[in-house]
Amino acid sequence: MGCEWQVKLDSYVDGELSPEELAECEQHLRDCRQCATTVLGCLQMKRAIRAAATSRYAPTSELRLRIRQTISPAPPMWRRFWVPQFALAAAALVLLVVGAALWLTRPRPANFARELLDQHVATLASPNPVDVLSSDRHTVKPWFEGRLPFTFNLPDLQGSPFRLIGGRVTYLQQSPGAHLLFGIRKHQISVFILQGRGLCRQVGQFSPEIRQSGFTIDTWSQGGLCYALVGDTGPSDIHALTQLLQAAAPR
Amino acid sequence: MKWPADSVAQATEPPAEALGKSAGNANSFEELAMPLFAPLYNFAHWLTQNREEAEDLVQETYAKALKNFASFTPGTNFRAWIYRILRNTFLTSRTGMRAAATVPIEDENDEFVLPSAAADPESLLLARADQEMIRGALEQLPLRFREIILLCDLEEMSYREIAATLGIPLGTVMSRLSRARTAMRELLRRESRRASNGL
Repeated sequence: MGCEWQVKLDSYVDGELSPEELAECEQHLRDCRQCATTVLGCLQMKRAIRAAATSRYAPTSELRLRIRQTISPAPPMWRRFWVPQFALAAAALVLLVVGAALWLTRPRPANFARELLDQHVATLASPNPVDVLSSDRHTVKPWFEGRLPFTFNLPDLQGSPFRLIGGRVTYLQQSPGAHLLFGIRKHQISVFILQGRGLCRQVGQFSPEIRQSGFTIDTWSQGGLCYALVGDTGPSDIHALTQLLQAAAPR
Repeated sequence: MKWPADSVAQATEPPAEALGKSAGNANSFEELAMPLFAPLYNFAHWLTQNREEAEDLVQETYAKALKNFASFTPGTNFRAWIYRILRNTFLTSRTGMRAAATVPIEDENDEFVLPSAAADPESLLLARADQEMIRGALEQLPLRFREIILLCDLEEMSYREIAATLGIPLGTVMSRLSRARTAMRELLRRESRRASNGL
């Protein structure tokens, strides 16, 4: 009795001694039988209390639910709705951006029409508008052999006011095509013959006739090819040539 | 002879999140408080000795803690903070006031009751008393002894945490714990005598 360590044994059992004190205390416990017995009793008591009291009373799941509702009436709602909403908003944004990008970069009929018009005007302004200069369709058509991945028919213009001037290879929307020039009176009409689904689809999106800067553009698809006529003559002349070409083209 | 003083604590270390020791700003109230739900309820039931009262106490504790969560300093001990709310709430309840009133206001000086009283063979037997006897003794303990023993041995709070929870100085924690354990042993001794006389 009366050991100076007695007052520290609770702290020892509770793990509250400083490292230095702990070492000293353990040294002392090796030597002092009385303190060692006390510590054993305290440790056993501590363990017994813990074993007897831990999870002695378990809460009901109803209480847990009630507590959850008490402390987070908003958060579950927030989580339930906000996250999907955020995901939806993000998805909508992605769709919007992708959609806008596709829409902005889509091939536009108006652009295609402008490109046709530019080709027509540039060709007429050139000192050598055509590479094959001939009014004979049997000369012009074979000239394109080996220059284009497709072939086409040209109408017999005898008895019509039109005359064939010649042709050249052109590129429209990154696709090769035939650019033919026809004359009527003092006017020249460009006939573009192109191949490719994309182009044909765009041609299909044209209103049959687009008037632009006083020019008439007439387009149609036929036999897997698409045709575009551009000229500054009256629409009736354009249509007349259209009919000639349509009649000559393979069905 | 080497005594594994901290083996009790190590073997039953509560999950790190339950300790709430490094409660950062990012932790929501729910994240900090819900892991403590079952231990808080157990503690509340030990205090109230009644299921309904324990349920009300826990619910009120959570409501109060949520309301005052802004006053909790992130990074400080959340567990001590919420246990303190529970205990203070209990003390203002009818049962709590009654329990506190039945305890004679002891002299809370830092005088120790030496655990040497336990240093006899009988106390070793007492410590091995069955769970029912220990539970019975815990229930009979005056409130202030019961709560400090539960906080220390069951919740495994450090003395510092206990001081924060009970709002008392560290020295008082040690002296009260010492008295509580002596009282516990006394109760067990009485219980075991009664049991052996009954046989």
